[in-house]
Amino acid sequence: MTRAAGERFGDRIFRLSLAAAAGLILLAALALAVQLSWASRATWAQFGPAFLWGRTWDPVGGSFGALPFLYGTAVTSALALLIAVPLGVGSAVFLTELAPRRLADALGFAIELLAAVPSVILGLMGVFILVPAVRAVEPWLTQTLGFLPFFRGAPYGVGFLAAGLILALMILPYITTVAREVLRTVPPPLKEGMYALGATRWEVVRGVSLPYARSGIFGACFLALGRALGETMAVTMVIGNAPDISASLFAPGYSMAAVIANELAEAAGDAHLSALIAVGLALLAVTVVINGLARLMIYRLEGRA
Amino acid sequence: MKQLPLFAAVLLAATAVRAETLTGAGSTFAYPIYSKWSDEYHKVKPDLQINYQSIGSGGGIRQFTEKTVDFGATDGPMTDEQIQKAGGKVLHLPTVMGADIPVFNVAGVDELRFDGAALAAIFLGKITNWNDPALAKLNPGVKLPDLAITVVHRSDGSGTTYCWVDYLSKVSPAWEKTVGRGTSVNWPVGLGGKGNEGVSGLVQQTPGAVGYVELIYALQNKMSFGSVRNKSGKFLKASIAGVTAAAAGAARHMPKDYRVSITDAPGPNSYPISTFTWLLVYPRNTAGKGAELKGFLRWMLKDGQAMAPALGYAPLPATVKAMVAKTIETIQ
Repeated sequence: MTRAAGERFGDRIFRLSLAAAAGLILLAALALAVQLSWASRATWAQFGPAFLWGRTWDPVGGSFGALPFLYGTAVTSALALLIAVPLGVGSAVFLTELAPRRLADALGFAIELLAAVPSVILGLMGVFILVPAVRAVEPWLTQTLGFLPFFRGAPYGVGFLAAGLILALMILPYITTVAREVLRTVPPPLKEGMYALGATRWEVVRGVSLPYARSGIFGACFLALGRALGETMAVTMVIGNAPDISASLFAPGYSMAAVIANELAEAAGDAHLSALIAVGLALLAVTVVINGLARLMIYRLEGRA
Repeated sequence: MKQLPLFAAVLLAATAVRAETLTGAGSTFAYPIYSKWSDEYHKVKPDLQINYQSIGSGGGIRQFTEKTVDFGATDGPMTDEQIQKAGGKVLHLPTVMGADIPVFNVAGVDELRFDGAALAAIFLGKITNWNDPALAKLNPGVKLPDLAITVVHRSDGSGTTYCWVDYLSKVSPAWEKTVGRGTSVNWPVGLGGKGNEGVSGLVQQTPGAVGYVELIYALQNKMSFGSVRNKSGKFLKASIAGVTAAAAGAARHMPKDYRVSITDAPGPNSYPISTFTWLLVYPRNTAGKGAELKGFLRWMLKDGQAMAPALGYAPLPATVKAMVAKTIETIQ
């Protein structure tokens, strides 16, 4: 009797402490949103929602608009996904379905290592290797693809293109690693059944593996997108840091995380500080919305499957 | 034997209790010299520990205003509004000086002369090619190519930027009206590089680029840089002597609170893009702190100044030193 009661008491403590741990995370997220909103209230009071589509960022004149940063973050992240998703999913398929076991292990290990490279190191690599390479390639791109607005303008090297490429490199290991783990969970009998019907490898991948792993792969992509949106150091080192909106990928741009990192330490004026925190709040909102959309998409896919 | 660590710990605790500490925060530009001074002064006065955090001038002013530190440090003086927020009474004490220099990347050209009007026009995006007649006129005998100019500026908020745009504001009404002064400004053209190393890296990589970096950074990295015409019409390459001369030139009109910009200073040897960096202290401090601050500042003027040139900073000229010495004595 006493023993059972003791157990029940222990259980209760256990449950409560776990609930507290989970609640703390929620509380921290909530506190973050509240704190950011409170600290940026001056900006929202002055500019209202127009802050989000204002195009001027003038710390001296006290006029602030976040659109160039929202644009820069969106363009570089989209570019990174465009490059990294086919590469990442492709290499994950290769690693699980095609590569010999030993090679797959070695490659998988190398890709996981890539995920562990600090972003400032990637940024340095971007500055010294990627940017000169991009600068060399840009005139050629203008010659061959210049009829598109994305490939025009002066070849600075730094800009949206360089930032998108470095981000692609950063998120590639996330996509590959998670997609590989998901593809490994595809039940062998399903694949064997397809093979028994005379399907080719390509047909098995397309018809069984990828559809089975679809929601997981989407999850991987959104995880990667989350990282790309928030990445600061590597981006600011290669994006050119000019709050301009330009269709050309060669043009210098700016991102939300980069402007906060660059200007926060020296922001002496209250209006400037408040505007930077407002950018932070916008960044938080964008990541929350994107994660929400990702969840929605995954639920739907799972429902259909 | 076993007691030895315990004994050491007790000893350590005892000294920790006895030692006074002064904490300061602010300017990253002045960090190397302040950290040197803190070490050297600790040798002179072992019972005082000075902790300085280089969090940036903006952060330094905020922490100083909130009185979380004993002194602040900034590369741009506090505005009247900021002083009001800090209680209305703040002493700005100039400690050392620095300068900005123009760096450029034009193939085959090692020496270039600039003046304020040309620099302002370039940074406003009005002069866009190196073969512009205005630049040719400043550089007789130099063959300037037909090459587009790429402007490079700091992307991070910085005292270096403040000094540069303060100079441009003084020499160009158009700059003052459209851009103005600040640690971060709304640049009309150009690319942003993070830190001196970011700017110099972009300039070195980009043909036709022009940018600005701190003199110290250029000296340490043995970079070549352009000369700038000063108020007397003389073209000067930045040097420690030229920066001290600028401060001496400005000293004649030094306001009592030292909140003065020494860009475009008069004097034949004054390098025009020079700046003070200041320590911020309150005239009245809690018991003990005032005396400690005073002692440190006296030492900084007497012995500390001599350590400045080795680190690339220009020491205060004698006239300014004499003025600051009097101000230090008013601290309580």
